[in-house]
Amino acid sequence: MADPALRILIVDDEAPARRRLRELLDDCTGALPLVVAGEAANGREAMELLSVMSVDLVLSDIHMPSMDGLELARHLLKLAHPPVLIFTTAFHEHALQAFEVNAIDYLVKPVRVQRLLGALQKVPRLKPITAAKLDELPASSRRFLSVTERSRVVLVPVEEIVYLKAELKYITIRTPQREFLLEESLTRLEEEFGARFVRVHRNCLVSRDAVRGFERRVGDEGDAHWEVLLKDVQETLPVSRRQQFIVRELGREQAA
Amino acid sequence: MRPIIRQNPVPLALPDFRNLGTVLRILLAANALALAAAFVRDSRLTEVFDTFVAMAGPLELQLLAMLTLLYLLSPWLARQPYTTGACVIAALTVLTAIAVHLVIETVVPQPAGSLFRHVVLGLGTFGILLYYFRLRAKALSPAITEARLQALQARIRPHFLFNSINAVLSLVRAEPKQAEVALEDMADLFRVLMRDNRDLAPLADEVELCRQYLALEKLRLTDRLEVEWHLQSMPADALVPPLVLQPLLENAVYHGIEPSSSKGVVCVNIFLKGGEVHAIIRNPYRVDGGGHHSGNKMALGNVRERLALHFDAEASLESRVRGETYEVHIRLPYRTDKAAGPAAAPAKGAASTPSAAPRNGGERPAERRAARPTATPALRTPRTEASRG
Repeated sequence: MADPALRILIVDDEAPARRRLRELLDDCTGALPLVVAGEAANGREAMELLSVMSVDLVLSDIHMPSMDGLELARHLLKLAHPPVLIFTTAFHEHALQAFEVNAIDYLVKPVRVQRLLGALQKVPRLKPITAAKLDELPASSRRFLSVTERSRVVLVPVEEIVYLKAELKYITIRTPQREFLLEESLTRLEEEFGARFVRVHRNCLVSRDAVRGFERRVGDEGDAHWEVLLKDVQETLPVSRRQQFIVRELGREQAA
Repeated sequence: MRPIIRQNPVPLALPDFRNLGTVLRILLAANALALAAAFVRDSRLTEVFDTFVAMAGPLELQLLAMLTLLYLLSPWLARQPYTTGACVIAALTVLTAIAVHLVIETVVPQPAGSLFRHVVLGLGTFGILLYYFRLRAKALSPAITEARLQALQARIRPHFLFNSINAVLSLVRAEPKQAEVALEDMADLFRVLMRDNRDLAPLADEVELCRQYLALEKLRLTDRLEVEWHLQSMPADALVPPLVLQPLLENAVYHGIEPSSSKGVVCVNIFLKGGEVHAIIRNPYRVDGGGHHSGNKMALGNVRERLALHFDAEASLESRVRGETYEVHIRLPYRTDKAAGPAAAPAKGAASTPSAAPRNGGERPAERRAARPTATPALRTPRTEASRG
């Protein structure tokens, strides 16, 4: 390998854990040229850093606030050059079993320097984790959706989303401020965020929190249908005949 | 001193007659027996009711007399051998039966039934209750209780152990002194976790343990964790089940602090009120989808069960969400080493060791002492081996 030093990003919500990893990586420099390019306290901070720098390897904890390691793994895939990801974890039997099965690399904390060095030496041969493998892991639903815009990855907090609408091959994400284009399947999104969003139309999921009310509209040919009124957005969304029952369902929720 | 190997059979012991749970059990059982008797005697429901009401008069009178006597004699009874105690209570039953019979005969003009029958019924009830308490003691016998307590206590999260070791490792090079203190804290914590924890221990020890635990968590979580202590009116000498607070704090940190990147406050408030020790632990309430909450219920159930084993109906644990705060409230009776009286824990076999300092000057010196705010265990002093070895 003519490559220069291996660039590494450390992600862990506990400062002592980050310091420990840094010390151990220092110990490895003799055997392997490497440089710690940065540190982040959670997945979200890591993604922010990665929008301004690129690294070869991310060493990430699994349990973290804001954005955990498994979600970070998904967003990393959107980067132009996804880095290799190795998880570090203190103890989590069930998750680790799934890791073993899917041959996803992880280090158990406290990490031994030999184990760490072994893992680092493998990095040039490793490939980024595939989305298919990540799907096999028992993950909770994401807190962000990641969108690629002008070769940068933008994170959209799921709680800010007003609606998701399938249009041709993309999905439009609408937040109170603006729109984003996402390349995913609406059905998968509905499975993942079923608790938060409700399907009002074959091509549209609306956030339950964003619904202000419903309005009966009569079309040009005299056929009536319901429209969803939204809280922070002027537009309205049609409710399909098949999904009409949600008008009553959500109406009751709002009354309660 | 505690024997190392415990293979004692269920010790024969009378229940603690000053415990609310015992009193309630006696009242309920005696009345249930009377009701059952009424059912056996009469066939029609209205008659059953009339008979029961007729029986209730003398019954409640005698129960009241007996419970008062037992309450007064309780400390003395606890010191007697089981057979002596049982005989004394049997004799008391006969005496109160006669007394109640005489009283009723003088007050009510019509005859109150035969004295002999009254005495036999009283003794029968006494026998059944004695047998019941014996069975109950067996059910809660130390062997079973011990196994359960140990199992309940061994549930510190492995997650915490490994994260703490990792945190200490991170200190070894940069802050060796701090690493030493952290390792000492861990040693103390695990010593308590692994020792025989059946006997009640002073509240001050439990609080010290909690401080050590939180110091370790603070090491990992740094600024994210802030702890507020309100211990001005804490009775430091109150006896509590060991590890009654620590698991709750562990919960508070795990559910209230760890899921967020921002700072959170865990607030501990312990005070004495109306002869009861109250402990309130508050932490930020975070709504998150993770499967955290089942674990939470387990820890609460664990502490609740241990409180019940030690104090029966006199202790309670309640938890609730108040806006953005999660609150756990523990209430338990104020007991100290010096207070004379039967063994604190009915579950524990009453053959308790006599208190180390038999200075029983006045009526419960401990209670008077508790009136003034007890000094809280001061800052983190270097710990000499805590009060027991």
